[in-house]
Amino acid sequence: MSSISKILFGGSIALALVSRTFAYDFGRPANPDEIALWDIDVRPDGTGLPEGKGTVAHGKDVFAENCAACHGDEGVGGIKDRLVGGQGTLKSDAPIKTVGSYWPYATTLFDYIHRAMPYQAPGSLSVDDTYAVAAYILSLNGILPENGELDRNSLPKIKMPNRDGFVPDPAFNPDTLFRKRSR
Amino acid sequence: MTDPTKQSELDNVSRRSFLAASTGIAGSFIAGKAAAESLADVPQREVGADLAGLSERSKFVKLARIPEATPGRRNVDHSDAINSKTPLDKLLGTITPSDLHYERSHSGVPDLDPAKHRLLVHGMVEKPLVFSVEDLQEMPSISRRVFIECTGNGWENWKRADPSLTVQNTHGLISTNEWTGVPLRFIVDLAAKNQNATWMLAEGGDAAAVARSIPLTEEILDEAFVAYGQNGEPLRPAHGFPMRLIMPGFEGNLNIKWLRRLKFGDRPWMTRWETARYTQLQADGKAIQFQLRMDTNSVITSPSGTMTIKPGRQKVTGLAWSGHGKIAKVEISTDGAKTWKAAELISPALPKSQSRFEMTWVWDGKPTKIVSRSTDDKGNVQPDRPSFIRVHGTNALFHYNAQQTWAIDETGKVSNVLD
Repeated sequence: MSSISKILFGGSIALALVSRTFAYDFGRPANPDEIALWDIDVRPDGTGLPEGKGTVAHGKDVFAENCAACHGDEGVGGIKDRLVGGQGTLKSDAPIKTVGSYWPYATTLFDYIHRAMPYQAPGSLSVDDTYAVAAYILSLNGILPENGELDRNSLPKIKMPNRDGFVPDPAFNPDTLFRKRSR
Repeated sequence: MTDPTKQSELDNVSRRSFLAASTGIAGSFIAGKAAAESLADVPQREVGADLAGLSERSKFVKLARIPEATPGRRNVDHSDAINSKTPLDKLLGTITPSDLHYERSHSGVPDLDPAKHRLLVHGMVEKPLVFSVEDLQEMPSISRRVFIECTGNGWENWKRADPSLTVQNTHGLISTNEWTGVPLRFIVDLAAKNQNATWMLAEGGDAAAVARSIPLTEEILDEAFVAYGQNGEPLRPAHGFPMRLIMPGFEGNLNIKWLRRLKFGDRPWMTRWETARYTQLQADGKAIQFQLRMDTNSVITSPSGTMTIKPGRQKVTGLAWSGHGKIAKVEISTDGAKTWKAAELISPALPKSQSRFEMTWVWDGKPTKIVSRSTDDKGNVQPDRPSFIRVHGTNALFHYNAQQTWAIDETGKVSNVLD
């Protein structure tokens, strides 16, 4: 009871002391195997990308089967987000924001398809199919050649056309926000 | 009451009394208003319905959210809706009833089994941990009233003002609830976060696994919490049952619903929701990223779009809020932003929570425009629309906080205009 009181009414110092002592009073340790099941995020440097590969050619088939119904043939004209084109429109009164015209990182494309697509059955595409369909979408946007292929090494090296199109809010600029603390 | 002469007399009396004291009647949602003119017309007392397990709203009160899609795509089939807007014009005080809290969900509304739900805390921590809902409920709790606002709130008015819009259409993507849960700092300490971990990925257990990178500033470590309670009961599924992140003052999208993973790292992840979405395209073609805080804002909720007022006394009322802190002042102009008068702020005006304001105004029956502007306790002033558009252009889609103007024509009809 007194430790709870400390937690409730003490400051963060009391919090830290109590939690170090009784850490495993709450929850349980996570084991590495189960963490791996959920640890799906992919970062711009490629951290988190799984082993595997896929070609543009195969991606065309994966797209036709899983994506075209919502995104349209070749990623245009569907009932959901347009994926292709729009480059050069961002200053116009009717900007078209697509993977090709707007997305700053190709790694985000893999991460998003892998975690959230296809809409009705997210996570149902294999890793190879995910690389393939990402490759196909990039090729439709002129970012990969028609005979292109993607894997965990090549994907992070792609420079998206709008990579330099973003300006961080000064209040939360990742390059400067924690500079004092981390150096 | 069937005598037409008597009815007409009553109508006249009724009209006079409206002229003398019409306060917010323009926006009244209660049916049968002023139907009992003499006390003799008030229905006899009678025994009511049986007591029930749930108390329902009165049959005279009609309240509902409106499911909508992107700007200009309203009245859509529910399967096409991406958000559902709060009826700000019909609410009283500052708390939003749980079933009327606005909603933005990215892949439907899962109803997760709390017995099988888990929160994984891992990454740059000494002790990766798994928590159940019960584990969280055993931890020390806090309760706090905060607003959550979708960054798309106001997005109908970037390029044009559709005169048919209500305030629910223009500003219904904000709500205020009391949330109960565990301080983020408590969880961070349990897992013994590495001191170089400066960012946190928060991920949902919805089909899309919506994920956002959150900078671990002192403010966020002090104020964020993992909530399991909403207005005194477990969260509603639409709001993240059984647990969600609450980020007071920050983009609605950061308040990850159905929270299932917190991963600590030293830089942002650049998820789809912080690159392709929730970034603000400016006139020069560059987009602002990590504009995480919701800015100083306000809107008059009555009289507001599609209402009709009559000459005479009006109660002008509305809501103001700021992600920076507390609302310090709200001013109202009833002459199209030429002159301003301070409105009364109704207590309690809490930080990062919606505040109610009111002012009495006598309308002379001539066409005019009414508008509110708020100032928070950090000195931030809600911008007028021309200044706001000069800075941001009209393509940003998100983070619209320009002053909202309502035009009133000679018939008393109120409508949405740009400025």
